[in-house]
Amino acid sequence: MTTALIGEQIAKEITEVFPDAVVAADKAAVVVTSKSLYQVAEFLKNAPALDFDYLTNLTAVDYVDYFEVVYHLISLKHNCSLVLKTRCHDRDRPVVPSVVNLWRSADFQEREAYDLMGIIFDGHPNLKRLLLWEGFVGHPLRRDYL
Amino acid sequence: MEVERYEIPSPHEIDVAEGLKINSLMAASQQPIPDPDKWLDEEIRRNVLITTVDYVLDWARSRSIFPLMFGLACCAFEMIGTATSRFDIARFGMDIFRWSPRQADLMIVAGTLTWKMAPAVKLVYEQMAEPKWVIAMGQCTISGGPFRESYSVVPGINRIIPVDVYVPGCPPRPEGLIHGIRKIHEKIVKESIKKA
Amino acid sequence: MTIKTEPFILNMGPQHPSTHGVFRMRVTLDGEVVVDVEPVIGYLHRGIEKMGENRTYTQIIPLTDRLDYVASMTNNFAYVLAVEKLAGLEVPERAEYLRIIMAETMRIASHLMAVGFFLNDLGAMMTPVLYMWREREKLLDLYEMVCGQRLTYNYMRIGGVSQDVPEEFLPALKRFVAEMPGFIDEYDQLLSQNEVLLARTKGVCILPRDTAINTAASGPVLRASGVKWDLRKADTYSIYDRFDFDVPVGTVGDCYDRYWVRMQEMRQSVRILEQAIAQLPEGEVCARVPHLLRPPIGEVYGHIEAPRGELGFYLVSDNSIAPYRFHIRPPTLINLTALKDMVIGWKVADLIITFGSIDVCLGEIDR
Repeated sequence: MTTALIGEQIAKEITEVFPDAVVAADKAAVVVTSKSLYQVAEFLKNAPALDFDYLTNLTAVDYVDYFEVVYHLISLKHNCSLVLKTRCHDRDRPVVPSVVNLWRSADFQEREAYDLMGIIFDGHPNLKRLLLWEGFVGHPLRRDYL
Repeated sequence: MEVERYEIPSPHEIDVAEGLKINSLMAASQQPIPDPDKWLDEEIRRNVLITTVDYVLDWARSRSIFPLMFGLACCAFEMIGTATSRFDIARFGMDIFRWSPRQADLMIVAGTLTWKMAPAVKLVYEQMAEPKWVIAMGQCTISGGPFRESYSVVPGINRIIPVDVYVPGCPPRPEGLIHGIRKIHEKIVKESIKKA
Repeated sequence: MTIKTEPFILNMGPQHPSTHGVFRMRVTLDGEVVVDVEPVIGYLHRGIEKMGENRTYTQIIPLTDRLDYVASMTNNFAYVLAVEKLAGLEVPERAEYLRIIMAETMRIASHLMAVGFFLNDLGAMMTPVLYMWREREKLLDLYEMVCGQRLTYNYMRIGGVSQDVPEEFLPALKRFVAEMPGFIDEYDQLLSQNEVLLARTKGVCILPRDTAINTAASGPVLRASGVKWDLRKADTYSIYDRFDFDVPVGTVGDCYDRYWVRMQEMRQSVRILEQAIAQLPEGEVCARVPHLLRPPIGEVYGHIEAPRGELGFYLVSDNSIAPYRFHIRPPTLINLTALKDMVIGWKVADLIITFGSIDVCLGEIDR
């Protein structure tokens, strides 16, 4: 059975290495700032006790004040899972660093989040629309689209 | 020996050009194309001289239609099911599903049509040679189906191409598709005699 | 005299015999050798995620049917499991067993299609498909007995299944389970030692183990590369812990291994079915759940082992009758990330069969 790691414990471990990365942590998830996202992700992937090498799911949610990008990570070796989140408060040009260099499964999923939500992933080699056509006006999954 | 180098457009340019095509097709398809359904009301008036030849031609034409496999989504699997040994579309002479539009008479559009796919459907329809017929299979092709309210679904393929027979269902059973094909046979027989 | 060659872009367009649906690839070729592959998708994008935000939790179940339309029951299963996790609901025993029976028969039906169309791509025009469709028709008859539909079932409900199985279901299922190993042996005999299959798929387009994990491949694609990760064992859901079955794992990660893993999984599914039929209890088939379910505020990520990989649903609830965010984690879109790695350096014919061995279903890639 995959153990879902408790967010607060992982938040403590992250704060030891990166002091001001964690914004919030509850039982399920850890929220980090978007500036420190890449370093925290690298730490989670490479740390020997954690070893999160499998990025299952990358989603974006539009809470009206901010966008939230959610990463579901799994460690195949230790059979445990974690939810990592980051927030982005700028509605006109939301920018989040891309994790494609760490986990290649983020490639298509980040393109889809850009296409449907309008979140720009900094450092993605090929950020263009995936599901809709070039020339489509707007980002359909936002709360204020039609 | 000089070799001329030709310019390969970058993927971005291709995307932008296709996007413009899709947007212009979307703007041009706001009204549905009227169905070619005059054949339902016409009576068969036979001209004595050419009746036998016409009769044989229609029989041959309707009993060996080559369908074009245009399966887009779930209804494609019921179409394949019609072609397999249990429901056996080969007994109507429609054995081989052609993949090239140049070799086909009947286009069975099965599955949801989105605006991104619409220029491809129009291109394939225009590549077919006359006489040609279209079956709209499944709710998504008739009116957009369960996805009608979506931002990217064409509300019925009769916005893009004229349709001869509609087969409702989600997905329609293979027997339903065969019923639609029998209607196409009727149409071919009636229509061709009238044209003569 | 030197001959100049230059790479050119071939468009394997949305309407193509071997693309398993409306999928488009822009392939850069140097002669016949593939240099670059760019998949272009979105030709079946129906906006299911946006539509899910306007429908109640039960009204989304028919929408999930149309995602992976070859294996509709498993889509329903994944979605109702996610909602039950979010709302904290218990499911009666008989419903759990019925769900497992439906999921495993669906796995057999889906793998039959996967193997059949894989061989279609290899050049055995429709003959394996017709043989395998024979068994799939028997399964579709069973489903018609249960819920009246052949392709998009809408059978599972939040809290159980929608109705009980009729009397003639169990004898027919027992007959099917008794005959199926014989049919799988027949396919094995005809296919697995076939010279053409071996020559064209052994050692072709290998997906290395590290790449498979890094690109988050799942399902038979991951297991063929040597990673023993099956969600039915690793993150057990429903009552899979009561059944005794093995997880086939490949060695090399070539096309032959992906085909072999699917054949073995069919045998294991038959094993699970025999045990489930023997243990099926009596009882009611659906828990008492309010019509307009209002789960507590929170979020959930529920995932299962679908025939094509890990199908997951991410739901965010704000205590209203419709979800705030409804996201689907499509297994085949993420399996496709590795296509470029697998294919570069091989020829166009190998590209076609590799794509067939990943076994995509466009409904869930594009949603």
